Amino acid sequence: MIKATPKPLEEIINYVKDFNKILIAGCDGCVTVCEAGGMKEAKVLGSALRLYYTQAGKDHEVVETTVTRQCDKEYLAELKDMVENADAVISIACGCGIQYLTEMYNDKIVFPGVDTHFMGINADRGIFEERCAGCGQCVLASTAGICPIARCSKRMLNGPCGGSDNGKCEISKDTPCGWHLIYERLEKLGQLDRFTQPVDPKNWRTSRDGGPRVIIREDLRKAEPQHGSAH
Amino acid sequence: MRLQYPTHIHIIKVPCTGRVDLFHLLQAFEQGADGVFVAGCLEGDCHYMHGNLFARKRVERAKEILAATGVGRDRVEMYNLSAGQGTRWAEICREFDERIKNLGPSPIRLAHEKKAA
Repeated sequence: MIKATPKPLEEIINYVKDFNKILIAGCDGCVTVCEAGGMKEAKVLGSALRLYYTQAGKDHEVVETTVTRQCDKEYLAELKDMVENADAVISIACGCGIQYLTEMYNDKIVFPGVDTHFMGINADRGIFEERCAGCGQCVLASTAGICPIARCSKRMLNGPCGGSDNGKCEISKDTPCGWHLIYERLEKLGQLDRFTQPVDPKNWRTSRDGGPRVIIREDLRKAEPQHGSAH
Repeated sequence: MRLQYPTHIHIIKVPCTGRVDLFHLLQAFEQGADGVFVAGCLEGDCHYMHGNLFARKRVERAKEILAATGVGRDRVEMYNLSAGQGTRWAEICREFDERIKNLGPSPIRLAHEKKAA
């Protein structure tokens, strides 16, 4: 799932200090799981902002809510009345949700309440690790199920590089070398012959190098009636 | 033991300090509390394993929020003592009461009173 962390409170206060009616919009999806933008976090932020406004002697109205997903317009539509009533909105959804809310309510000022980081897993309580870089062309089949794009600092397709040291990456002793992990697992699976053939360069147009991406799944699109078959 | 401690300390009982969430602490200040302390079991003695350790982290986070919002980080504190330490309990109450008296009323309570006047 998408992983985010709350922005520093001082930064959020700085965004909204000149507004009076604030809507804090959380999301029940990924950001609830990583405890950055769910109802609990919305309530804490709401309470903090009320304390700030009260001690500063400013009139205020802070409302907290969440929707099932901020990346779906059907759920964002539920916020219509609350957004209209607010001077500014703080969205604590991921970057996708924040932007979609902005698109839906174009005349409203929307601030981000979280920093969105990556797609990752919950390694332990409060520990989130990146696993997928969304490159658009999965190579896990040939890398023992360990992604060299997300887990190699250089995104190498033919690793490891000379910076791999005792299973750790040269960027940090705490970062496992992705290619070391791949080698170990291929060895375990008896598939080390994978290393005898270099892998061809990847088509990076499916990644961010191709610019903003859109997926159109025709099989999922609403079917249009064909001419002459209406009867 | 007939131990004395300030009578204006309002006690909210919870089964374990692990039940105390961050927004409970903040809500107390929203409602005008001058100070809040959480009294958990001694570290390592939590019946639910880690409740008092979670509580300590939440109190630390509450301190950061209270500092950022201008309420003041010293208005919230975490203490650890066992159910058998009545003398220590009274001592903590007097110590915290003294600290809050030195800080003065909470700016939130003052703002509420000003608005009501």
